[in-house]
Amino acid sequence: MKRAAAWAILLLGMAYFILPLLGMVEFSLSMKRGVYSLEAYRVVLADPRFRETFTFSVVMALLTIVVGMAIVVPTAFWVRLKMPGLRPYVEFVTLLPLVIPAIVIVFGYIRLYNTSSALPLTGTIFGTNLLLVFGYVTLSLPYMYRAVDTGLRTIDVATLTEAAQSLGAGWATILARVILPNVLVSVLSGAFVTFAIVMGEFTMAALLNRPAFGPYLQLMGANRAYEPFALATIAFVITWACMGLIQLVTRFSKHDKAAR
Amino acid sequence: MSDTPPPVRRRLPLTWLGLLPFVLFVALFLIAPTMKIVLGAFQRADGSFTFENIAGLFTDSILSSYWISIKISVASAALGCLVGFLMAAAMVLGGLPRAIRSPLLTFSGVASNFAGVPLAFAFLATLGPLGLVTLALKTHLGINLRVYGFNILSFWGLTITYLFFQIPLMILIITPALDGLKREWREAAQCLGASGAQYWRMVALPILFPSILGTFALLFANAFGAVATAIALTGSSLNIVPIMLFAQIRGDVLGNPHLGYAMAFGMILITGVANVLYIVLRMRSERWLK
Repeated sequence: MKRAAAWAILLLGMAYFILPLLGMVEFSLSMKRGVYSLEAYRVVLADPRFRETFTFSVVMALLTIVVGMAIVVPTAFWVRLKMPGLRPYVEFVTLLPLVIPAIVIVFGYIRLYNTSSALPLTGTIFGTNLLLVFGYVTLSLPYMYRAVDTGLRTIDVATLTEAAQSLGAGWATILARVILPNVLVSVLSGAFVTFAIVMGEFTMAALLNRPAFGPYLQLMGANRAYEPFALATIAFVITWACMGLIQLVTRFSKHDKAAR
Repeated sequence: MSDTPPPVRRRLPLTWLGLLPFVLFVALFLIAPTMKIVLGAFQRADGSFTFENIAGLFTDSILSSYWISIKISVASAALGCLVGFLMAAAMVLGGLPRAIRSPLLTFSGVASNFAGVPLAFAFLATLGPLGLVTLALKTHLGINLRVYGFNILSFWGLTITYLFFQIPLMILIITPALDGLKREWREAAQCLGASGAQYWRMVALPILFPSILGTFALLFANAFGAVATAIALTGSSLNIVPIMLFAQIRGDVLGNPHLGYAMAFGMILITGVANVLYIVLRMRSERWLK
Protein backbone atom coordinates (compact mmCIF):
# COMPACT_ATOMS: atom_id res chain seq x y z
CA MET A 1 0.00 0.00 0.00
CA LYS A 2 2.68 2.42 1.10
CA ARG A 3 4.88 1.59 -1.85
CA ALA A 4 1.95 2.03 -4.25
CA ALA A 5 1.24 5.47 -2.78
CA ALA A 6 4.90 6.40 -3.10
CA TRP A 7 4.91 5.34 -6.76
CA ALA A 8 1.69 7.27 -7.40
CA ILE A 9 3.10 10.48 -5.89
CA LEU A 10 6.33 10.15 -7.79
CA LEU A 11 4.69 9.38 -11.13
CA LEU A 12 2.21 12.24 -10.76
CA GLY A 13 5.08 14.54 -9.91
CA MET A 14 7.12 13.37 -12.86
CA ALA A 15 4.11 13.86 -15.15
CA TYR A 16 4.06 17.50 -14.11
CA PHE A 17 7.70 17.84 -15.13
CA ILE A 18 7.56 15.82 -18.32
CA LEU A 19 4.36 17.28 -19.84
CA PRO A 20 5.72 20.83 -20.32
CA LEU A 21 8.87 19.44 -21.88
CA LEU A 22 6.77 17.24 -24.18
CA GLY A 23 4.55 20.18 -25.06
CA MET A 24 7.58 22.30 -25.84
CA VAL A 25 9.21 19.68 -28.06
CA GLU A 26 5.90 18.83 -29.76
CA PHE A 27 5.28 22.48 -30.61
CA SER A 28 8.79 22.92 -31.92
CA LEU A 29 8.27 20.01 -34.33
CA SER A 30 4.88 21.02 -35.70
CA MET A 31 5.73 24.03 -37.86
CA LYS A 32 4.59 22.15 -40.98
CA ARG A 33 0.90 21.38 -40.82
CA GLY A 34 -0.01 17.75 -40.14
CA VAL A 35 3.49 16.29 -39.98
CA TYR A 36 6.36 16.48 -37.51
CA SER A 37 9.35 18.17 -39.02
CA LEU A 38 12.51 19.97 -37.99
CA GLU A 39 11.40 22.99 -39.98
CA ALA A 40 11.38 25.33 -36.97
CA TYR A 41 14.92 24.31 -36.09
CA ARG A 42 16.01 24.85 -39.70
CA VAL A 43 14.49 28.34 -39.71
CA VAL A 44 16.04 29.18 -36.37
CA LEU A 45 19.49 27.91 -37.25
CA ALA A 46 19.41 29.86 -40.51
CA ASP A 47 18.53 33.10 -38.72
CA PRO A 48 21.66 35.28 -38.55
CA ARG A 49 20.31 36.90 -35.38
CA PHE A 50 20.30 33.47 -33.74
CA ARG A 51 23.94 32.90 -34.63
CA GLU A 52 24.94 36.37 -33.46
CA THR A 53 23.16 36.22 -30.11
CA PHE A 54 24.13 32.62 -29.47
CA THR A 55 27.80 33.33 -30.19
CA PHE A 56 27.61 36.47 -28.07
CA SER A 57 26.26 34.51 -25.11
CA VAL A 58 28.81 31.72 -25.53
CA VAL A 59 31.65 34.26 -25.53
CA MET A 60 30.13 36.02 -22.51
CA ALA A 61 29.80 32.71 -20.67
CA LEU A 62 33.43 31.76 -21.36
CA LEU A 63 34.67 35.19 -20.28
CA THR A 64 32.54 34.96 -17.14
CA ILE A 65 34.08 31.60 -16.28
CA VAL A 66 37.64 32.88 -16.83
CA VAL A 67 37.15 36.13 -14.88
CA GLY A 68 35.14 34.41 -12.16
CA MET A 69 37.67 31.68 -11.60
CA ALA A 70 40.53 34.19 -11.65
CA ILE A 71 38.81 35.88 -8.71
CA VAL A 72 37.33 32.90 -6.89
CA VAL A 73 40.16 30.33 -6.95
CA PRO A 74 42.91 32.57 -5.46
CA THR A 75 40.45 34.00 -2.93
CA ALA A 76 39.17 30.64 -1.73
CA PHE A 77 42.76 29.35 -1.60
CA TRP A 78 44.01 32.37 0.31
CA VAL A 79 41.16 32.28 2.80
CA ARG A 80 41.73 28.57 3.48
CA LEU A 81 45.47 29.02 3.85
CA LYS A 82 45.94 32.33 5.62
CA MET A 83 42.64 33.59 6.99
CA PRO A 84 40.42 30.66 7.93
CA GLY A 85 38.68 32.89 10.45
CA LEU A 86 37.26 34.99 7.62
CA ARG A 87 35.80 32.02 5.77
CA PRO A 88 32.21 32.37 7.05
CA TYR A 89 32.19 36.08 6.16
CA VAL A 90 33.57 35.56 2.67
CA GLU A 91 31.09 32.75 2.10
CA PHE A 92 28.26 34.98 3.31
CA VAL A 93 29.27 37.70 0.86
CA THR A 94 29.39 35.21 -2.02
CA LEU A 95 25.85 34.10 -1.17
CA LEU A 96 24.48 37.66 -1.31
CA PRO A 97 23.66 37.48 -5.05
CA LEU A 98 21.05 34.86 -4.14
CA VAL A 99 19.44 37.37 -1.78
CA ILE A 100 19.62 40.52 -3.88
CA PRO A 101 17.55 40.01 -7.06
CA ALA A 102 19.52 40.34 -10.30
CA ILE A 103 17.18 43.09 -11.47
CA VAL A 104 18.19 45.22 -8.47
CA ILE A 105 21.91 44.65 -9.04
CA VAL A 106 21.69 45.63 -12.71
CA PHE A 107 19.56 48.65 -11.77
CA GLY A 108 22.43 49.70 -9.51
CA TYR A 109 24.93 49.22 -12.38
CA ILE A 110 22.89 51.41 -14.69
CA ARG A 111 22.74 54.22 -12.13
CA LEU A 112 26.30 53.83 -10.88
CA TYR A 113 28.22 53.38 -14.11
CA ASN A 114 26.30 55.64 -16.50
CA THR A 115 27.94 58.20 -18.75
CA SER A 116 27.89 60.97 -16.15
CA SER A 117 29.66 58.92 -13.47
CA ALA A 118 33.33 58.54 -12.58
CA LEU A 119 33.49 55.11 -14.24
CA PRO A 120 31.29 55.47 -17.35
CA LEU A 121 31.19 51.80 -18.32
CA THR A 122 27.80 51.99 -20.05
CA GLY A 123 29.09 54.75 -22.35
CA THR A 124 30.82 52.35 -24.75
CA ILE A 125 29.88 48.95 -26.15
CA PHE A 126 33.09 47.47 -24.81
CA GLY A 127 32.43 48.94 -21.38
CA THR A 128 28.85 47.62 -21.33
CA ASN A 129 30.02 44.16 -22.34
CA LEU A 130 32.59 44.30 -19.57
CA LEU A 131 29.91 45.34 -17.10
CA LEU A 132 27.73 42.46 -18.28
CA VAL A 133 30.58 39.99 -17.70
CA PHE A 134 31.09 41.39 -14.20
CA GLY A 135 27.35 41.12 -13.60
CA TYR A 136 27.39 37.48 -14.68
CA VAL A 137 30.40 36.82 -12.46
CA THR A 138 28.41 38.30 -9.58
CA LEU A 139 25.40 36.09 -10.38
CA SER A 140 27.52 32.95 -10.52
CA LEU A 141 29.62 33.82 -7.44
CA PRO A 142 27.54 31.63 -5.07
CA TYR A 143 27.89 28.56 -7.28
CA MET A 144 31.55 29.06 -8.21
CA TYR A 145 32.72 29.82 -4.70
CA ARG A 146 30.86 26.91 -3.17
CA ALA A 147 32.19 24.50 -5.80
CA VAL A 148 35.82 25.62 -5.44
CA ASP A 149 35.69 25.79 -1.65
CA THR A 150 34.30 22.26 -1.47
CA GLY A 151 37.10 21.11 -3.75
CA LEU A 152 39.72 22.78 -1.56
CA ARG A 153 38.36 21.04 1.50
CA THR A 154 39.32 17.65 0.11
CA ILE A 155 43.00 18.52 -0.31
CA ASP A 156 45.62 19.52 2.24
CA VAL A 157 46.18 23.10 1.11
CA ALA A 158 48.80 23.98 3.72
CA THR A 159 51.05 20.97 3.13
CA LEU A 160 50.83 21.26 -0.64
CA THR A 161 51.70 24.94 -0.46
CA GLU A 162 54.66 24.37 1.86
CA ALA A 163 55.94 21.54 -0.30
CA ALA A 164 55.70 23.72 -3.40
CA GLN A 165 57.36 26.65 -1.61
CA SER A 166 60.24 24.53 -0.40
CA LEU A 167 60.81 23.56 -4.02
CA GLY A 168 61.04 27.25 -4.86
CA ALA A 169 57.61 27.88 -6.35
CA GLY A 170 56.10 31.37 -6.28
CA TRP A 171 52.42 32.09 -5.62
CA ALA A 172 51.48 32.04 -9.29
CA THR A 173 53.15 28.66 -9.80
CA ILE A 174 51.52 27.24 -6.69
CA LEU A 175 48.07 28.33 -7.85
CA ALA A 176 48.43 27.31 -11.48
CA ARG A 177 50.42 24.09 -11.14
CA VAL A 178 49.59 22.73 -7.70
CA ILE A 179 46.23 23.99 -6.49
CA LEU A 180 44.34 24.29 -9.78
CA PRO A 181 45.02 20.74 -11.03
CA ASN A 182 43.91 19.41 -7.66
CA VAL A 183 40.58 21.22 -7.68
CA LEU A 184 40.03 21.00 -11.43
CA VAL A 185 36.88 18.90 -11.06
CA SER A 186 35.29 21.45 -8.74
CA VAL A 187 36.37 24.29 -11.01
CA LEU A 188 34.79 22.49 -13.97
CA SER A 189 31.48 21.86 -12.18
CA GLY A 190 31.36 25.52 -11.17
CA ALA A 191 32.14 26.45 -14.77
CA PHE A 192 29.33 24.32 -16.22
CA VAL A 193 26.73 25.75 -13.85
CA THR A 194 27.94 29.23 -14.78
CA PHE A 195 27.70 28.39 -18.47
CA ALA A 196 24.10 27.22 -18.07
CA ILE A 197 23.16 30.33 -16.10
CA VAL A 198 24.73 32.79 -18.53
CA MET A 199 23.27 31.14 -21.65
CA GLY A 200 19.72 31.57 -20.41
CA GLU A 201 20.11 34.87 -18.57
CA PHE A 202 17.63 37.53 -19.59
CA THR A 203 17.29 40.37 -17.11
CA MET A 204 20.81 41.79 -17.08
CA ALA A 205 21.39 41.49 -20.82
CA ALA A 206 17.99 43.03 -21.61
CA LEU A 207 18.41 45.99 -19.26
CA LEU A 208 21.97 46.63 -20.45
CA ASN A 209 20.73 46.36 -24.04
CA ARG A 210 23.18 43.70 -25.12
CA PRO A 211 22.31 41.25 -27.95
CA ALA A 212 22.40 38.07 -25.84
CA PHE A 213 20.54 34.81 -26.32
CA GLY A 214 18.00 35.43 -23.52
CA PRO A 215 16.57 38.69 -24.86
CA TYR A 216 16.54 37.21 -28.38
CA LEU A 217 14.49 34.32 -27.05
CA GLN A 218 12.01 36.69 -25.48
CA LEU A 219 11.78 38.76 -28.67
CA MET A 220 11.10 35.66 -30.77
CA GLY A 221 8.48 34.57 -28.26
CA ALA A 222 6.61 37.81 -28.75
CA ASN A 223 6.74 37.67 -32.56
CA ARG A 224 6.87 34.10 -33.86
CA ALA A 225 4.73 31.01 -33.49
CA TYR A 226 6.93 27.91 -33.60
CA GLU A 227 10.53 29.10 -33.54
CA PRO A 228 10.50 30.08 -29.84
CA PHE A 229 9.78 26.49 -28.90
CA ALA A 230 12.68 25.23 -30.97
CA LEU A 231 14.87 27.80 -29.20
CA ALA A 232 13.54 26.80 -25.79
CA THR A 233 14.30 23.17 -26.60
CA ILE A 234 17.84 24.14 -27.56
CA ALA A 235 18.17 26.06 -24.26
CA PHE A 236 16.93 23.08 -22.32
CA VAL A 237 19.39 20.77 -24.07
CA ILE A 238 22.21 23.17 -23.13
CA THR A 239 21.15 23.11 -19.47
CA TRP A 240 20.94 19.30 -19.57
CA ALA A 241 24.33 19.04 -21.25
CA CYS A 242 25.98 21.24 -18.62
CA MET A 243 24.50 19.22 -15.75
CA GLY A 244 25.40 15.96 -17.50
CA LEU A 245 28.98 17.16 -17.94
CA ILE A 246 29.18 17.93 -14.21
CA GLN A 247 28.13 14.36 -13.43
CA LEU A 248 30.60 13.09 -15.97
CA VAL A 249 33.65 14.98 -14.65
CA THR A 250 32.75 14.06 -11.07
CA ARG A 251 32.48 10.39 -11.95
CA PHE A 252 35.59 10.53 -14.11
CA SER A 253 37.62 12.02 -11.27
CA LYS A 254 36.49 9.34 -8.82
CA HIS A 255 37.57 6.72 -11.29
CA ASP A 256 40.82 8.55 -11.76
CA LYS A 257 41.57 8.59 -8.04
CA ALA A 258 40.68 4.93 -7.56
CA ALA A 259 43.06 3.89 -10.32
CA ARG A 260 46.03 5.59 -8.72
CA MET B 1 35.29 43.73 5.35
CA SER B 2 36.00 46.33 2.76
CA ASP B 3 37.96 48.66 5.03
CA THR B 4 41.65 48.84 4.25
CA PRO B 5 44.16 48.01 6.99
CA PRO B 6 45.64 50.95 8.86
CA PRO B 7 49.07 51.77 7.42
CA VAL B 8 50.74 52.13 10.85
CA ARG B 9 50.81 48.41 11.63
CA ARG B 10 53.30 46.77 9.35
CA ARG B 11 52.62 43.18 10.35
CA LEU B 12 49.27 42.55 8.71
CA PRO B 13 49.15 44.25 5.30
CA LEU B 14 50.62 41.46 3.18
CA THR B 15 48.03 38.87 4.21
CA TRP B 16 45.23 41.30 3.46
CA LEU B 17 46.56 41.87 -0.03
CA GLY B 18 45.55 38.38 -1.08
CA LEU B 19 41.90 39.24 -0.58
CA LEU B 20 42.15 42.59 -2.32
CA PRO B 21 40.93 41.50 -5.80
CA PHE B 22 37.89 39.80 -4.31
CA VAL B 23 37.08 42.67 -1.95
CA LEU B 24 37.46 45.21 -4.75
CA PHE B 25 35.28 43.20 -7.12
CA VAL B 26 32.54 42.63 -4.59
CA ALA B 27 32.63 46.25 -3.44
CA LEU B 28 32.37 47.58 -6.99
CA PHE B 29 29.90 45.17 -8.54
CA LEU B 30 27.77 43.91 -5.68
CA ILE B 31 27.85 46.16 -2.63
CA ALA B 32 28.15 49.58 -4.25
CA PRO B 33 25.29 49.07 -6.77
CA THR B 34 23.05 47.74 -4.01
CA MET B 35 23.95 50.62 -1.69
CA LYS B 36 23.27 53.06 -4.50
CA ILE B 37 19.72 51.70 -4.74
CA VAL B 38 19.18 51.59 -0.99
CA LEU B 39 20.48 55.14 -0.48
CA GLY B 40 18.61 56.35 -3.56
CA ALA B 41 15.39 55.12 -2.01
CA PHE B 42 15.88 57.68 0.76
CA GLN B 43 17.01 60.62 -1.37
CA ARG B 44 15.41 63.40 -3.36
CA ALA B 45 16.70 64.25 -6.83
CA ASP B 46 19.08 66.83 -5.24
CA GLY B 47 20.48 64.21 -2.86
CA SER B 48 18.81 65.36 0.34
CA PHE B 49 17.37 62.81 2.76
CA THR B 50 13.66 61.99 2.55
CA PHE B 51 11.02 59.37 3.25
CA GLU B 52 8.90 60.63 0.35
CA ASN B 53 9.93 57.81 -2.00
CA ILE B 54 9.05 55.12 0.49
CA ALA B 55 5.77 56.88 1.19
CA GLY B 56 5.26 57.05 -2.57
CA LEU B 57 5.10 53.26 -2.65
CA PHE B 58 1.81 53.38 -0.80
CA THR B 59 -0.31 54.04 -3.84
CA ASP B 60 -2.95 51.65 -5.07
CA SER B 61 -1.13 50.44 -8.18
CA ILE B 62 2.22 49.81 -6.48
CA LEU B 63 0.69 48.26 -3.38
CA SER B 64 -1.42 45.95 -5.49
CA SER B 65 1.63 44.88 -7.48
CA TYR B 66 3.43 44.00 -4.25
CA TRP B 67 0.34 42.19 -3.06
CA ILE B 68 0.04 40.07 -6.25
CA SER B 69 3.76 39.32 -6.11
CA ILE B 70 3.53 38.24 -2.49
CA LYS B 71 0.47 36.09 -3.20
CA ILE B 72 2.14 34.34 -6.15
CA SER B 73 5.33 33.82 -4.15
CA VAL B 74 3.43 32.42 -1.16
CA ALA B 75 1.28 30.14 -3.32
CA SER B 76 4.17 28.79 -5.38
CA ALA B 77 6.39 28.40 -2.30
CA ALA B 78 3.67 26.60 -0.31
CA LEU B 79 2.73 24.26 -3.16
CA GLY B 80 6.41 23.77 -4.01
CA CYS B 81 7.13 22.79 -0.41
CA LEU B 82 4.17 20.43 -0.24
CA VAL B 83 4.72 18.64 -3.55
CA GLY B 84 8.49 18.63 -3.18
CA PHE B 85 8.19 17.20 0.32
CA LEU B 86 5.80 14.46 -0.83
CA MET B 87 8.05 13.53 -3.75
CA ALA B 88 11.19 13.50 -1.61
CA ALA B 89 9.42 11.48 1.10
CA ALA B 90 8.17 9.00 -1.51
CA MET B 91 11.71 8.67 -2.81
CA VAL B 92 13.50 8.39 0.55
CA LEU B 93 10.95 6.61 2.76
CA GLY B 94 8.53 5.00 0.30
CA GLY B 95 10.50 1.79 -0.16
CA LEU B 96 11.23 2.55 -3.80
CA PRO B 97 14.29 1.12 -5.52
CA ARG B 98 17.39 3.20 -4.77
CA ALA B 99 18.17 3.33 -8.47
CA ILE B 100 15.61 6.12 -9.04
CA ARG B 101 17.27 8.36 -6.49
CA SER B 102 20.27 9.56 -8.43
CA PRO B 103 18.38 10.33 -11.70
CA LEU B 104 15.66 12.16 -9.77
CA LEU B 105 18.20 14.32 -7.92
CA THR B 106 20.08 15.04 -11.15
CA PHE B 107 16.84 15.98 -12.85
CA SER B 108 16.01 18.25 -9.91
CA GLY B 109 19.35 19.95 -10.41
CA VAL B 110 18.53 20.57 -14.07
CA ALA B 111 14.93 21.64 -13.50
CA SER B 112 15.79 24.07 -10.71
CA ASN B 113 18.19 25.75 -13.16
CA PHE B 114 15.75 25.67 -16.07
CA ALA B 115 14.02 28.93 -15.27
CA GLY B 116 13.62 32.08 -17.27
CA VAL B 117 12.34 32.56 -20.77
CA PRO B 118 12.51 28.92 -22.02
CA LEU B 119 10.45 27.76 -19.06
CA ALA B 120 7.72 30.21 -19.92
CA PHE B 121 7.63 28.84 -23.48
CA ALA B 122 7.41 25.26 -22.23
CA PHE B 123 4.30 26.13 -20.26
CA LEU B 124 2.76 28.16 -23.07
CA ALA B 125 3.15 25.07 -25.24
CA THR B 126 1.43 22.96 -22.61
CA LEU B 127 -1.25 25.01 -20.89
CA GLY B 128 -1.54 27.91 -23.31
CA PRO B 129 -4.67 28.29 -25.47
CA LEU B 130 -3.26 25.82 -28.04
CA GLY B 131 -1.11 23.85 -25.64
CA LEU B 132 -0.67 20.11 -25.47
CA VAL B 133 -2.66 19.56 -22.27
CA THR B 134 -5.29 22.17 -23.08
CA LEU B 135 -6.08 20.52 -26.42
CA ALA B 136 -5.92 16.98 -25.04
CA LEU B 137 -8.37 17.84 -22.30
CA LYS B 138 -10.68 19.50 -24.78
CA THR B 139 -10.73 16.78 -27.46
CA HIS B 140 -10.51 13.66 -25.31
CA LEU B 141 -12.29 14.59 -22.11
CA GLY B 142 -14.42 17.48 -23.26
CA ILE B 143 -12.98 19.76 -20.58
CA ASN B 144 -12.46 23.30 -21.75
CA LEU B 145 -10.05 24.98 -19.35
CA ARG B 146 -11.19 28.42 -20.50
CA VAL B 147 -14.70 27.70 -19.31
CA TYR B 148 -13.28 27.08 -15.86
CA GLY B 149 -11.62 30.47 -16.03
CA PHE B 150 -8.10 29.09 -16.36
CA ASN B 151 -5.65 31.24 -18.25
CA ILE B 152 -1.90 30.68 -18.36
CA LEU B 153 -1.38 34.48 -18.22
CA SER B 154 -2.85 34.72 -14.76
CA PHE B 155 -2.14 34.26 -11.09
CA TRP B 156 -2.54 30.48 -11.21
CA GLY B 157 -0.82 30.17 -14.57
CA LEU B 158 2.26 31.91 -13.20
CA THR B 159 2.12 29.92 -9.96
CA ILE B 160 1.96 26.58 -11.81
CA THR B 161 4.87 27.67 -14.00
CA TYR B 162 7.00 28.74 -11.02
CA LEU B 163 6.44 25.31 -9.47
CA PHE B 164 8.71 23.90 -12.16
CA PHE B 165 11.74 25.34 -10.39
CA GLN B 166 10.27 25.46 -6.88
CA ILE B 167 9.51 21.74 -6.48
CA PRO B 168 13.01 20.55 -7.53
CA LEU B 169 14.65 23.07 -5.19
CA MET B 170 12.54 21.73 -2.32
CA ILE B 171 13.50 18.15 -3.26
CA LEU B 172 17.19 19.06 -3.34
CA ILE B 173 17.11 20.76 0.07
CA ILE B 174 14.74 18.45 1.96
CA THR B 175 16.22 15.10 0.85
CA PRO B 176 19.26 15.39 3.17
CA ALA B 177 16.92 16.33 6.02
CA LEU B 178 14.78 13.26 5.36
CA ASP B 179 17.92 11.14 5.20
CA GLY B 180 18.79 12.51 8.61
CA LEU B 181 15.66 11.08 10.25
CA LYS B 182 17.06 8.28 12.35
CA ARG B 183 15.54 4.82 12.25
CA GLU B 184 15.81 4.66 16.03
CA TRP B 185 13.37 7.55 16.47
CA ARG B 186 10.68 5.68 14.58
CA GLU B 187 11.40 2.46 16.45
CA ALA B 188 11.37 4.27 19.79
CA ALA B 189 8.02 5.85 18.93
CA GLN B 190 6.60 2.47 17.92
CA CYS B 191 7.83 0.88 21.16
CA LEU B 192 5.87 3.53 23.02
CA GLY B 193 2.79 2.55 21.03
CA ALA B 194 2.71 5.34 18.47
CA SER B 195 0.89 4.78 15.17
CA GLY B 196 2.42 5.89 11.88
CA ALA B 197 0.39 9.09 11.89
CA GLN B 198 1.35 9.83 15.49
CA TYR B 199 5.03 9.30 14.68
CA TRP B 200 4.78 11.83 11.86
CA ARG B 201 2.74 14.34 13.82
CA MET B 202 4.70 14.20 17.07
CA VAL B 203 8.24 13.22 16.08
CA ALA B 204 9.20 13.54 12.44
CA LEU B 205 7.36 16.71 11.47
CA PRO B 206 8.49 18.74 14.52
CA ILE B 207 12.08 17.78 13.68
CA LEU B 208 11.65 18.60 10.00
CA PHE B 209 9.57 21.71 10.63
CA PRO B 210 12.45 24.24 10.73
CA SER B 211 13.83 22.79 7.47
CA ILE B 212 10.45 22.95 5.77
CA LEU B 213 9.69 26.47 6.97
CA GLY B 214 13.20 27.60 6.10
CA THR B 215 12.92 26.20 2.60
CA PHE B 216 9.54 27.89 2.30
CA ALA B 217 11.24 31.22 2.98
CA LEU B 218 13.91 30.44 0.41
CA LEU B 219 11.34 29.45 -2.23
CA PHE B 220 9.37 32.59 -1.45
CA ALA B 221 12.41 34.78 -2.12
CA ASN B 222 13.17 32.73 -5.21
CA ALA B 223 9.74 33.36 -6.71
CA PHE B 224 9.68 36.99 -5.64
CA GLY B 225 12.84 37.83 -7.54
CA ALA B 226 11.98 35.87 -10.71
CA VAL B 227 11.78 38.32 -13.60
CA ALA B 228 12.41 36.59 -16.90
CA THR B 229 9.78 33.86 -16.60
CA ALA B 230 7.10 36.38 -15.72
CA ILE B 231 7.99 38.77 -18.53
CA ALA B 232 8.18 36.05 -21.19
CA LEU B 233 4.93 34.49 -20.02
CA THR B 234 2.66 37.41 -19.37
CA GLY B 235 4.36 40.34 -21.08
CA SER B 236 2.95 43.18 -19.05
CA SER B 237 -0.56 41.85 -18.49
CA LEU B 238 0.11 40.93 -14.88
CA ASN B 239 1.46 43.74 -12.74
CA ILE B 240 3.88 42.02 -10.41
CA VAL B 241 6.78 43.89 -8.79
CA PRO B 242 9.64 42.59 -10.97
CA ILE B 243 7.72 43.39 -14.16
CA MET B 244 6.87 46.88 -12.93
CA LEU B 245 10.47 47.50 -11.88
CA PHE B 246 11.68 46.23 -15.27
CA ALA B 247 9.38 48.70 -17.05
CA GLN B 248 10.46 51.45 -14.67
CA ILE B 249 14.17 50.87 -15.37
CA ARG B 250 13.52 50.75 -19.11
CA GLY B 251 11.36 53.82 -19.39
CA ASP B 252 10.56 55.45 -16.03
CA VAL B 253 6.86 54.55 -16.25
CA LEU B 254 6.26 55.82 -12.73
CA GLY B 255 7.48 59.28 -13.74
CA ASN B 256 9.87 59.50 -10.81
CA PRO B 257 13.29 57.79 -10.91
CA HIS B 258 13.57 57.72 -7.14
CA LEU B 259 10.31 55.80 -6.86
CA GLY B 260 12.11 53.08 -8.84
CA TYR B 261 14.81 52.99 -6.17
CA ALA B 262 12.14 52.67 -3.53
CA MET B 263 10.50 49.74 -5.38
CA ALA B 264 13.86 47.98 -5.71
CA PHE B 265 14.53 48.66 -2.03
CA GLY B 266 11.19 47.05 -1.18
CA MET B 267 12.24 43.98 -3.16
CA ILE B 268 15.59 43.70 -1.33
CA LEU B 269 13.81 44.13 1.98
CA ILE B 270 11.33 41.32 1.29
CA THR B 271 13.83 38.84 -0.16
CA GLY B 272 16.30 39.81 2.58
CA VAL B 273 13.84 39.09 5.39
CA ALA B 274 12.89 35.77 3.75
CA ASN B 275 16.54 34.76 3.47
CA VAL B 276 17.39 35.73 7.05
CA LEU B 277 14.46 33.55 8.11
CA TYR B 278 15.87 30.71 6.01
CA ILE B 279 19.33 31.00 7.58
CA VAL B 280 18.00 31.18 11.14
CA LEU B 281 15.69 28.21 10.65
CA ARG B 282 18.40 26.22 8.94
CA MET B 283 20.72 26.67 11.89
CA ARG B 284 17.90 25.48 14.13
CA SER B 285 17.26 22.39 12.03
CA GLU B 286 20.94 21.47 11.93
CA ARG B 287 20.89 21.09 15.70
CA TRP B 288 18.83 17.92 15.33
CA LEU B 289 19.95 16.60 12.02
CA LYS B 290 23.68 16.44 12.69
